Amino acid sequence: MGERPAAERLHDFQEVDGGLSPEEAVAEAGRCLQCKKPTCVRGCPVEIDIPAFIARIAEGDISGAARIIMENNLLPAICGRVCPQEIQCEGQCILGVKETPLRIGDLERFVADHERIQGPVIPLIAEPTGKRVVVVGSGPAGLTAAAELARLGHAVTVFESLHEPGGVLVYGIPAFRLPKEVVRAEIDQLRAMGVEIRTNHLAGTSVPVSDLLSYDAVFIGTGAGLPFFMKIPGEQLNGVYSANEFLTRVNLMHAELFPEYDTPMRHAGRVVVVGGGNVAMDAARVARRLGSRVTLVYRRREEDLPARRAEVIRAKEEGVEFVLCANPIRILGDPFVTGVECVRTEICDPDDTGRPEPAPVEGSNFVIDADMCIQAIGQGPNPLLIRKLEGIRYGRKGNIMVDEEGSTNLDRVFAAGDVATGAATVILAMGGAKKAARAIDRMLRGSNR
Amino acid sequence: MFRVVKAEQLAEKIFQIWVEAPHVARNARAGQFLVLRIHEQGERIPLTVSAVEEDCVRIIFMAVGKTTLELSTLKAGDSIRDVAGPLGKPSEIGKSGTCIVVGGGAGIASCPIIARAARAAGNRVIGIIGARNADFLILENEMRESCHELHIATDDGSRGFHGFAADVLKKVIAGKKIACVWIIGPAIMMKVTSKVTRERKIRTYVSLNPIMVDGTGMCGSCRVVVGGETKFACVDGPEFDAHEVDFDLLMQRQRVYFDEEKAAVERYHEHSCQCGTGGHHG
Ligand SMILES: Cc1cc2nc3c(=O)[nH]c(=O)nc-3n(C[C@H](O)[C@H](O)[C@H](O)COP(=O)(O)OP(=O)(O)OC[C@H]3O[C@@H](n4cnc5c(N)ncnc54)[C@H](O)[C@@H]3O)c2cc1C
Ligand SMILES: Cc1cc2nc3c(=O)[nH]c(=O)nc-3n(C[C@H](O)[C@H](O)[C@H](O)COP(=O)(O)OP(=O)(O)OC[C@H]3O[C@@H](n4cnc5c(N)ncnc54)[C@H](O)[C@@H]3O)c2cc1C
Ligand code: SF4
Ligand code: SF4
Ligand code: FES
Repeated sequence: MGERPAAERLHDFQEVDGGLSPEEAVAEAGRCLQCKKPTCVRGCPVEIDIPAFIARIAEGDISGAARIIMENNLLPAICGRVCPQEIQCEGQCILGVKETPLRIGDLERFVADHERIQGPVIPLIAEPTGKRVVVVGSGPAGLTAAAELARLGHAVTVFESLHEPGGVLVYGIPAFRLPKEVVRAEIDQLRAMGVEIRTNHLAGTSVPVSDLLSYDAVFIGTGAGLPFFMKIPGEQLNGVYSANEFLTRVNLMHAELFPEYDTPMRHAGRVVVVGGGNVAMDAARVARRLGSRVTLVYRRREEDLPARRAEVIRAKEEGVEFVLCANPIRILGDPFVTGVECVRTEICDPDDTGRPEPAPVEGSNFVIDADMCIQAIGQGPNPLLIRKLEGIRYGRKGNIMVDEEGSTNLDRVFAAGDVATGAATVILAMGGAKKAARAIDRMLRGSNR
Repeated sequence: MFRVVKAEQLAEKIFQIWVEAPHVARNARAGQFLVLRIHEQGERIPLTVSAVEEDCVRIIFMAVGKTTLELSTLKAGDSIRDVAGPLGKPSEIGKSGTCIVVGGGAGIASCPIIARAARAAGNRVIGIIGARNADFLILENEMRESCHELHIATDDGSRGFHGFAADVLKKVIAGKKIACVWIIGPAIMMKVTSKVTRERKIRTYVSLNPIMVDGTGMCGSCRVVVGGETKFACVDGPEFDAHEVDFDLLMQRQRVYFDEEKAAVERYHEHSCQCGTGGHHG
């Protein structure tokens, strides 16, 4: 198993990383020191009992391992694949001091995949409470909240504006990193638990706010899906995309299979991707698979790239060229993109986030030839529903303000995931959603008495 | 799945479909649109909600490319995989006096619903509809019923005034106090026609039709420039102040997939000729 060679994987959208074989998994699990005070657990935002599940793998009790993981993480097949382990669990593993840290993410994924092949396991569902909860959005936050609430016996309806549930997991993260069967299996499981998922329903318009508020509780997990553009000249040219559009056309609409599928994508000989996060890496690697030469432009240094380390390495293996310490200032073309003019940047003092602040170097302009420019410079919450929720408190960037339990200032309305935190990670969205679901449950039971 | 209740041809290349979609029908207002996807392999395309009756909505479209051609083959009893909406902001309709609703070509589809809403709000409503020739003209009766006064123009004079809707508009507004004007049609028609109201500074709305994907503010495909600022037509519009819109840019961006669209139509025709299944298998 392991990784497929770059030359092979460039020709398809199948998963890059084959995962661990049972033998490899047991051997890897054997490396764990079973620390009395496991530092790895502190690195996991949902505090999975890592040594305990690893011990089960070492004993060959995979289902036992799965039960332990599922106590804290309902989407292990997804997190095992996409968590930034190097700054979370694995970053804190004691083995990392002297040798390589334990491959916790790979082991978690191994367990989850093993269980999925055995068929869905419907968790025990509590007695129906008679309470109705509405969940808006079906990304990791919405899926987690729905599963947790259904398990606690509440009747859950999920509204999703797109035609397919999953949020970023289906329209953003490409199949070669997260196969769509994995996401679909989670959604099938939810349905089997009795959760009703209504796609094509935009909360706030297809479902008026008054209808939402007629439920006993409202959970908002609408994510951070509004793409930012750089606001530089040339941005309206044909061939300039947000990463969201580019990725959605391919991942959700299958433009790579045009004309078998109806959604088109222009063929671009040369693509410039702007940004250094997971979104930028995904866009760059998708563009490589569509046959383009790809240059990724990032304004900070290599060590500052916010993407998962593994994906940066894979992007390089796949032939993505990195131009670091540079920033686009203009896109050239008429009306189709012909190039991206950049300026070199110099690293100055850290900004208020503690990261080094890049500043442009005067007179260092240069042009990269390109037929397409994809901007992956971040995204904010979609204001559609938020604007309609009268009186809801939101921050400067438009994200809903919540307390530690995900409760908003509005009665019976909760929120978690990217809509509350700003663009973050799958595991943080899940962690927040789970806390909010528990708070909703307490509230609903409280009002029962 | 959404059931097609009624489907028929209205004019040369123009079709109407009534589809059962309660979530859209119950909440849609004049000026809003929906996004549909015919089947699993389909593209998401935006179409205006042109009328509502109970749980059904009506769409009227011109068969110009693969998706609209395929849509035009649907019959009552068939189904559409996905219908999402209502999307976009409703038309800004207040009680303001005399309003004019101008429709060109398939854009006439959007006019009666606005005319009726404006009339219901207590305005006097004048309609102007224009098409290439009489064979392309739609909704004449409906517009006559919705408006206090209706004018018709055809480019070749085969029906009504011989000339463009813009010429009729010029005459209609002459010497009159006009509160606001809606102009809906192909981008070039909206560009030309909205010049007529510019000097008089009459509030004029156009409904923009850039290429869209999600229709919910997530992808940025629909960006247009209005008053020098970038806006997302699906959430900030689709109606905007006509005198602030950069129409040339809109037309430029509508052509992004010109080559691909052409290839798709050619392939579609080849397939439907060979086997008569309408080009879609499975
Ligand atoms: C390309 C890409 C790659 C990423 N890679 C990683 C990674 O490797 N690791 C990692 O941990 N994180 C990654 N992330 C971030 C991670 O995906 C997000 O943090 C996470 O998906 C947030 O979950 P969420 O449920 O809050 O929102 P989302 O996943 O954004 O889901 C929100 C859902 O709500 C729907 N919605 C919005 N408004 C409405 C409405 N009004 N009515 C109905 N439905 C609505 C949307 O259509 C969407 O389906 C990546 C993100 C992107 C875009
Ligand atoms: C908010 C909104 C509302 C709309 N409402 C309607 C409606 O009520 N009735 C209707 O007929 N159309 C409407 N449109 C336009 C409609 O969405 C397009 O005609 C449709 O997407 C074409 O899809 P296709 O696959 O059939 O053609 P494509 O293959 O996408 O296009 C074929 C050819 O048609 C032309 N074309 C494509 N898109 C447009 C466009 N947006 N405007 C003008 N010409 C275009 C181009 O020249 C292209 O080469 C609306 C668009 C928007 C954004
Ligand atoms: S959920 Fe993420 S951080 Fe936690 S153990 Fe799994 S991979 Fe590590
Ligand atoms: S820190 Fe590393 S070695 Fe220690 S228990 Fe956690 S995974 Fe095992
Ligand atoms: S169509 Fe995607 S943002 Fe408007």
